[in-house]
Amino acid sequence: MNKQRILIVSYGQFEKSFLEKIATSVKERFGYNTDISISYADLAKFFDPARRQYDGNQLLNHMHSEYSGGHIKAIGLFRVDLFIPILTYIIGQAVYKGNAGVVSLFRLKNELYGMKRDDKLLFERFKKEVIHELGHTFGLTHCFSPSCVMRSSTYIEDVDQKDSTFCLRCYEKLKSNGKG
Amino acid sequence: MINSISLLIVDDEESVRDSLYNWFIEDGFQVKCAEHAKEALTMLESGNYDIILADIKMPGMDGLEMHRRIKLLNPEAIVIIMTAFASVETAVQALKDGAYDYITKPFDPDDLSHLIRNAAKQIEMKVENQALKDRIVSLDNIEDIVGTSDAMISVLKEVESVSQSNSSVIITGESGTGKELIARAIHANSSRKFFPLVTVHCGALSEDLLESELFGHEKGAFTGAMFNRKGRFEIADGGTIFLDEIATISGKMQIELLRVLESKKFVRVGGNKEIQSDFRVICATNRDLKKMVDEGLFREDLYYRLNVVNISIPPLRERVNDIPMLVDHFIRKYCTSMSRDMVNIEPAALKRLEQYNYPGNVRELENMVERAIVVGNGKEIRLKDLPFVTAASNDTADSLHDLEKKHINQILDKFDWNISRSAKILKVDRVTLYNKIKKYNLKKRKAKK
Repeated sequence: MNKQRILIVSYGQFEKSFLEKIATSVKERFGYNTDISISYADLAKFFDPARRQYDGNQLLNHMHSEYSGGHIKAIGLFRVDLFIPILTYIIGQAVYKGNAGVVSLFRLKNELYGMKRDDKLLFERFKKEVIHELGHTFGLTHCFSPSCVMRSSTYIEDVDQKDSTFCLRCYEKLKSNGKG
Repeated sequence: MINSISLLIVDDEESVRDSLYNWFIEDGFQVKCAEHAKEALTMLESGNYDIILADIKMPGMDGLEMHRRIKLLNPEAIVIIMTAFASVETAVQALKDGAYDYITKPFDPDDLSHLIRNAAKQIEMKVENQALKDRIVSLDNIEDIVGTSDAMISVLKEVESVSQSNSSVIITGESGTGKELIARAIHANSSRKFFPLVTVHCGALSEDLLESELFGHEKGAFTGAMFNRKGRFEIADGGTIFLDEIATISGKMQIELLRVLESKKFVRVGGNKEIQSDFRVICATNRDLKKMVDEGLFREDLYYRLNVVNISIPPLRERVNDIPMLVDHFIRKYCTSMSRDMVNIEPAALKRLEQYNYPGNVRELENMVERAIVVGNGKEIRLKDLPFVTAASNDTADSLHDLEKKHINQILDKFDWNISRSAKILKVDRVTLYNKIKKYNLKKRKAKK
């Protein structure tokens, strides 16, 4: 078992180099080594035909039951559009102070908003959201500092606004909550 | 601030509760969930929640009905109604019932964040507003009550202790001792301070007028009642009603008053709808109510209902030490209101003021100081600016002839032998005054060097 490692689970046919860059960023921010796993799970059972989206709550439960035992934290990466019953969409979610989270690339793509594809920007956005959701699993709440990665972001403009780093306050809290 | 805001989510769907719980816990709120309205109301009875997010359609009791009950338990709570079945009627009804907002499921994440952030901001402002109000109130409100004598300190201590309760108070004291000021101080230091203090001078109103004044009347209740009118008890809802000269009310009004004090319910004159009002009663009288009870002039049951706390204000002659401070206070008060430079008081004048026995108490002293400022030289209050000299002459056995001579001489001296001003004060024409001066052989005294 790798209780001192963070597991990154790919559900969305991400390129190896993309996953490795995410893993490097996670290690930098949280101080834990990472493992990358490729999931071949059938996502059809998480699909809601009425909303034409994938149920984020069920996916989080799935992540929790499948992967949380072996690693200190596990984060699932998706390409599909996620929702939870109460919200029209989510970019990601995590179990607060738990050990699992999910993040989707879908709403972070420029093309969805009528802009030109930008893979570099997409990676930056995705990286920030992965760190943000993992931050919640380490007991961090939303931060009011405009540049802190823990700032709540519901639109891509919000995501672009913030950095991929923690503010001093969140960093101190992360350290006391078990940063590696 | 967000860390201290508590949020209650009420929805029969577990997935909705969990989603919202996770969403808000990540925002740093204190979050609790309830499966149905009954559970939520039980939680609200035992704990305080700032924001309640409630589904409109739930088994047992719907969100609108729950919202009404929440408002009875905690009128300050911010309630946001959620529904998957949006309709204008339910939205309007929710807002009419005082809901903070209405949101249709599923929400846009940004809308939800904004909604809750605004609600949190409102709570923050409410708390800040209350803190500022408390600061302001602690700075003023009893500045008109002046005195450091033991008797006054004891009165102020009583004011402080009764302010926090809701008990009825009777303030007794001679006329002019400041009974209304004490009533104002009790109100201003109580939790009712942001609601009205309604004063009724019972002695100035006839029985019928007092009844209509206190209870209000319906249109057409009597000749001249052209419109519905709220009574003073109704206006004082949440606040305090001050009944001055309570000893003057009739036997019939005493019965009516007793009934209202016991039930806090009444009916307007000419009406049939029972009105409830939450008020505190403070009464004042310069008469001995206990003696009136013994003589059968005042109802014993009403006396005991009113006389939960009795504050007795000492007459001014029993707190002579406070006179210099009071004089100073009134000089500042009237010089400011008349836009004049501050004046001093000469020691002889102050000594005379301290020797007087004040049948009219503080009010009489206040009038004396005001008058002295008006008629004085604008620099100092002198003995001759005070109305004692005339009073002293009343004790002598002078003839009318002598009194007239003395009086004219005093007035002339006071106005530096300005004939026009003196004649105006004496209410005679200038020719008459010249004739009197000649008749009594009055002459202007030379100023002392």
